[in-house]
Amino acid sequence: MACTCNAHNQEKYQQLDAVIAEYIDQPGSLINVLHKAQGIFGYLPEEVQAYIAEKMDIPLSEIYGVVTFYALFTTEPKGKYNFNVCLGTACYVKGSGKILERVEKELGIKLNETSADGLFSIEACRCVGACGLAPVMTVNGEVYGRLTPDKVPAIIQKYKDLEANN
Amino acid sequence: MKRIESLEELKALQVAERAKMTVRDGLAPTEANLAKHQVLICAGTGCTSNKSAEVKKALEEKIAQEGLQDEVQVVQTGCFGFCSLGPIMVVYPEGTFYNKVSASDVDEIVEKHFKNGELVERLLYTIPGTKEHAKDMSHIPFFQKQKRIALRNCGSIDPEKIEEAIAHYAYQGLGRALTEMDSQAIIQELLDSGIRGRGGAGFPTGLKWKFATGYSADQKYVVCNADEGDPGAFMDRSVLEGDPHSVIEAMAIGGYCIGASQGYVYIRAEYPIAVHRLEIAIKQAREAGLLGKNILGTGFDFDIDIRLGAGAFVCGEETALLTSVEGKRGEPRPRPPFPAEKGLWGKPTFVNNVETLASISYIFLKGAQEFASVGTEKSKGTKVFAMSGKINNIGLVEVPMGTTLREIIYDIGGGIPNGKAFKAAQTGGPSGGCLPASLLDTEIDFDSLVKAGSMMGSGGLIVMDETDCMVDIAKFFVEFTQDESCGKCPPCRIGTKRILEILTKITEGKGEEGDIEKLESLAKNISTSALCALGQTAPNPVLATLKFFRDEYEAHIKDKKCPAGKCKSLFTMVIDPEKCKGCTLCARNCPVGAITGSVKNPHSIDPEKCIKCGVCLDNCKFGAIYKK
Repeated sequence: MACTCNAHNQEKYQQLDAVIAEYIDQPGSLINVLHKAQGIFGYLPEEVQAYIAEKMDIPLSEIYGVVTFYALFTTEPKGKYNFNVCLGTACYVKGSGKILERVEKELGIKLNETSADGLFSIEACRCVGACGLAPVMTVNGEVYGRLTPDKVPAIIQKYKDLEANN
Repeated sequence: MKRIESLEELKALQVAERAKMTVRDGLAPTEANLAKHQVLICAGTGCTSNKSAEVKKALEEKIAQEGLQDEVQVVQTGCFGFCSLGPIMVVYPEGTFYNKVSASDVDEIVEKHFKNGELVERLLYTIPGTKEHAKDMSHIPFFQKQKRIALRNCGSIDPEKIEEAIAHYAYQGLGRALTEMDSQAIIQELLDSGIRGRGGAGFPTGLKWKFATGYSADQKYVVCNADEGDPGAFMDRSVLEGDPHSVIEAMAIGGYCIGASQGYVYIRAEYPIAVHRLEIAIKQAREAGLLGKNILGTGFDFDIDIRLGAGAFVCGEETALLTSVEGKRGEPRPRPPFPAEKGLWGKPTFVNNVETLASISYIFLKGAQEFASVGTEKSKGTKVFAMSGKINNIGLVEVPMGTTLREIIYDIGGGIPNGKAFKAAQTGGPSGGCLPASLLDTEIDFDSLVKAGSMMGSGGLIVMDETDCMVDIAKFFVEFTQDESCGKCPPCRIGTKRILEILTKITEGKGEEGDIEKLESLAKNISTSALCALGQTAPNPVLATLKFFRDEYEAHIKDKKCPAGKCKSLFTMVIDPEKCKGCTLCARNCPVGAITGSVKNPHSIDPEKCIKCGVCLDNCKFGAIYKK
């Protein structure tokens, strides 16, 4: 059953209730609901899936099937700062593989991993559509273009500083 | 805005709204809008990534500060196409094209251009090979050979204001269809135009609509495929970001033709700006009575909802897309039955892609003949290409079908950077192939590309130079399809895995005699037995590279060499002692301390330590380091 152990979580479930209420009458809107749920919780743990299953009257197995089918859904929490290196064709031929290697080296974690302190994670994406700036990566949606491996440390430092100042 | 009740009202509104945009047409301002200048700033994804929103904000602030609000208007637009020059700003009525504008340039632009009537020369485009500045877009070679049909309004209008689209004749094609035509006439118009689907295979759109019209049902659906999954393809995104009404209009025409009252746009969640603009456009179209009940007072009802994708490439395949719209795992299913008979929720449905729909609204506005007058005998109209990779002018180009690859890459694209030689152009994404230099004069259309062993696909055009290894590129694409294989059918799930293993082996220098034959046999089996287009076309990148670059495969397998110097297991970094001046730069930059040597004496690289990152090669000023 849904975890409602603290007030913060309760607030999130209330937001989720509003999302479900908005979509419940639209046929086939499960994916839209899952997107919004992931926006609220940051990821889709089993209890959130179970909650949606109950409220929308869809078998949990079906929801689990959908969540695990699509690459944008995650059942694990991501880092506070998510580095997403584009490995689309245009970026690949312009050396995004080397950018990824450098991000991995500097952060000390591998692709699809999250750092132990929960601050950083690395993902790869197919194409953010900023091919004119290739190679690119995004950090929490902010686009960094025309990258070279040497530009990577300064970008990481920016987020470390941001964290230190918080 | 006020609801539009008839086609006549729509036409009157067009005239009234266009009067506010005369400056943008290069004419004097009218009483409808007295501003002397209209400044268009690209707000597409490419320029936004380059901080065009900051430029716009800074410009608006400066204009307000100088009290110029009544004289200078700032307008956000969709993509101009020349993405590598972003952020782009065009000032009308002169049409001055400023490029790579940053927020810090704004003060100078306001002082010089708007207050003193002088151009800011350093922000103008320099025509390559000359010292001449282009005074407007018509003088820039990148734009000269293009013909814009699908992108006709991108970069001309504010996509978040329906009035600007209406000023550019949006929804008049729908008005014409609703008031003058029946299903048969609409299908005939499409057949006469010769339009074929821009999403991949080039199926005649008129036939698709005819089939969906032919089945009777209590409900039918129109679906727009905006799941632009090919990496390096961004034309559909740009249409939705720059002119979403062109797509909505064509979907409504389709709904009227086949007898559907509901449409869905299935769009990638990775395109937040496009989703946002589409949401605004749908809302505004409903308010204007161009979607919803009794459209333009004709009694026709049609509405559109958005469905978000969630990062599954296979959902670009139409049957997978339809199951995803239903909120399920986006797995494909066998055809027949085709969607025209049993589509969304088992009802007759047609699926068209964004660029196709944007071209269809043009056809109904201008007439089939106008569209058919452009292009080749069997491929009419234009095609948008997203040109990227090793090319000077990265961006979005729309050219008549039949334009040669050479014209696209050299005349429009400006050739290959850094004096490198052209090696191949990849079209059709992971389902396509690579065209070598010997095919540069191919006139590009649906059929010529298939004949050359590639396909049009959605229009990604990725240019590669002599430093790109074609075996590595084939491996890159198979890695992609392997990763994106949904797993439903074994030929795709297992077959692509086997191909990838063999390609990996070859690039690691472990290739054996007979590997090429194994690849060919696997490829043939997968393409004839996979369930959907993803699997059927997955071997194409391998087959196409084998066809044109077989010697590269053989060099990897037999000589254990990578001619392009890309595959790390197949070369070593070497310093030429004759050329090395002993400047120590390489040794200081080597991240693993693999380079040794004393000042003014030739250095050497320890192959045991070297990770072949190439930093030394990039840093050497004497060309002394090379791959062997």
